Formats: sequence, structure tokens, C-alpha cells
Amino acid sequence: MTGATTIEVRKPGLSTTVQDGGRSGYYHLGIPPSGALDQYSLACANALVANPPDAAVLEIVYMGPELAFTGPATVAVAGAAIAPKVNGDERPVWESFDVAEGDVLSFDYLKAGARAYLAVSGGLDTPVKLGSRSTYALGALGGVEGRPLAEGDVLPVGADRGSGSARAGLVVPPELRPVLAKEVEVRVVMGLYDHRLTDRGRATFLDTEWTLTPVADRIGFRYTGGQLETVDREPPFGAGQDPSNIVDSPYPIGSIQVPGGVEPIVLHRDAVSGGGYMMVATVLSGDLDVVAQSAPRTRTRFVEVDLDTALGLRAERKDRLARLHAALDG
Amino acid sequence: MPRHEVVSPIPGVFYRRPDPDSPPFAEDGGPVSDDSPIGLVEVMKSFHHITAGATGTIVEFLVDNEDEVDAGQPVAVVETP
Repeated sequence: MTGATTIEVRKPGLSTTVQDGGRSGYYHLGIPPSGALDQYSLACANALVANPPDAAVLEIVYMGPELAFTGPATVAVAGAAIAPKVNGDERPVWESFDVAEGDVLSFDYLKAGARAYLAVSGGLDTPVKLGSRSTYALGALGGVEGRPLAEGDVLPVGADRGSGSARAGLVVPPELRPVLAKEVEVRVVMGLYDHRLTDRGRATFLDTEWTLTPVADRIGFRYTGGQLETVDREPPFGAGQDPSNIVDSPYPIGSIQVPGGVEPIVLHRDAVSGGGYMMVATVLSGDLDVVAQSAPRTRTRFVEVDLDTALGLRAERKDRLARLHAALDG
Repeated sequence: MPRHEVVSPIPGVFYRRPDPDSPPFAEDGGPVSDDSPIGLVEVMKSFHHITAGATGTIVEFLVDNEDEVDAGQPVAVVETP
């Protein structure tokens, strides 16, 4: 029997989803980009198995699935420290390895971070919806029937092996891996509604060590730790009575809304596209990876940077990706 | 007697009871078997059963009801015969 390798889902994990680079171009219609929450680790996992950077992978959150392979493949895990195991034998994260027909891939406990990316040479070949294979569970779109994996699902692996250069033993150099910490800094550009905060409210936002709550998923990450003081006002027509209400506005991915002035919520890649809460700041796109790797109780400071600094950091990130590809493709 | 630590595989909020009006899944000193649930951990609006993973007697719970736990954190100790 020959044929393309497939992956049988024996145990689905907590909420394992097919994700890729994302589904851009539909947010104005209410369909968010989705895709891997940690885009850098997605690129790492794919580079390790010679896939294009935005190929479809499994996003594993907190607890891994158990998967049986019907044929050989080269695979790699990047992101959270959750060690893969082949037939019970541990394999490293950040390094490609081979699986053979009949092998069972499972995972150890999460040691650090929150989300890991399992890339398979050839990429996962679930159907493309609106230009992406990413799962948007809230909208039942993409992935496997628009939902997280379930026991008994069969995932097709792409027959296109690209250059065919995937091989075991490729490693992301330690200096190119993200730092996974329980205390993190997340850089933000203030606005567009920080004028709703008093100077004291603004200072509270930036000086507080916020703690991530268990209410943290692909849609948003909710933090606790302080109360932001708002400017008194007469609500404008269309805005609610709560001081945190605004006239409805689009919500950027990464924007931080603060309903009631307590518990800031960082919107992530499955976010709703608009609403009526003040957004006091927006997380830099690259630092959304840091948010993605935050498990509940992660202590977080929001650090203000100006737009020029943010653009400089974006260039640095691009350079880091170039170094990653130079290290692995060379 | 050997002691077995029951570990939460996921981070979240630990609950001793299936719902506020029910008795706890397990009591200190109570018997448990390998697949008995001893608590729930809630994360991302979903609840995950924590099973004892060993047959024996619960010696103690290491965390309180509604404590937040990390992945890999021991939540209870089971003494096995």
C-alpha cells in the first residue's frame, strides 16, 4: 500500500487546531485573520521541515494530542516547551525528527510557554477556506470542519514535499528561540482611545504588573491587577453609559480594550472585528507572539513605545526571520 | 507506602466539586482508583477532569478549591498500597 501519509487523531488534546499564516483580507466583513497565535514559532516549525513559512500546522495549547501516522514523515515542534514523544520516547522541541508508518506521537506536560506548533513535512492538507486552512472555531470556518480536533479525525498531509529537503536533526539555534518566561514585557503603542484615561489612569495601565487570568484563548487574553481612572464626560450619542464605552469602532488585532476600566483584554487573531469598548493601546504585531506564549498567571507589563520604535522592532523581527531561514536552509 | 502525586496537566482554576451544589469528587482520606476524577481544571471556558492516576487513598490536597494552578503542578497526593 502506498499513498499519502495521513495522521489519525487518537486523543485531540485540549483545543488543538489547524493553523497557518492566517486568512487576511476579510476582517472588514467580521472574519478575523486567525492563523498561528505565535507566528514566529509557526515559521520556525515550518522551516525545520522545509515547508513554506506559512504552511498549515497543528497549534497545541497547554496539552498535546496523541496522533498516529499512517506513513513516514519528518516533523518538528516549536514554541512552548512541551516535549514530543515517539512511541513514548522523548524527542526535543526546536529540532526536526522522523516518524515512521504506525508511529504514535504524543506529548509530555507543558513546562513553559502555552502554545506549540507541530509541523509535518508537506504541510497539513485540510481544505482551504477563503485562502487559508486556519481554523476559526467561533465562525466554524477552516481547519477540520471549522472546529478543534476530535478523536477519530484523519488529517491529510500535503503530497507536495517542496524541494524534498526535509530531514531529521535540523535545529533552531538557541539564540533564535523566543524566551519563555513567567514575567514578560509586552510592547504597545498607546491609542486610539487612551484620551479616555486620566493621567493617573494611563500611569496605572503602564505601571501595573498585570496577571493573565485563565480567560485567555484565541479570541482574547484577559488580565487582572488594577483599575484605570477615566475622564468624566457626557456619553456621546451612540456610546453606552459606562465610562469605558465608546461609539462602536473597529477593533485592531492586538488592541487592548478595558471594559469598565478593569481587566484589560488583548484581542488576538480570532477577535471580533468591532465593538464599543475603549482601546487604550495596541500590542506590536511581533509581541503578539509573547502574548500567545503566556499561560494563566503570567505577570505582564505593558511597555509604551512610539511608532518609530515599533517600526524599528518590526524590521528587527524581519531580520530575525531572515537569520532563521539562513540558519536552517543553508 | 508509596506516594503518588496527582498533577494537573494544564494551567487554570482548580475545582474540588463538579458543580457548586455537589459534594467534592474526593475527600481527604477517601479511596480513589486510577481513573477516578479528583477535581476539575477550568481554562479557556472549558473544564478538564483531573484523574487520580493511581489506586489508593488521598492523603492530602496540595491546593485549595478555586486556586489557580500551573501545568505540571501537583494538586493532590495519593498513597498507594
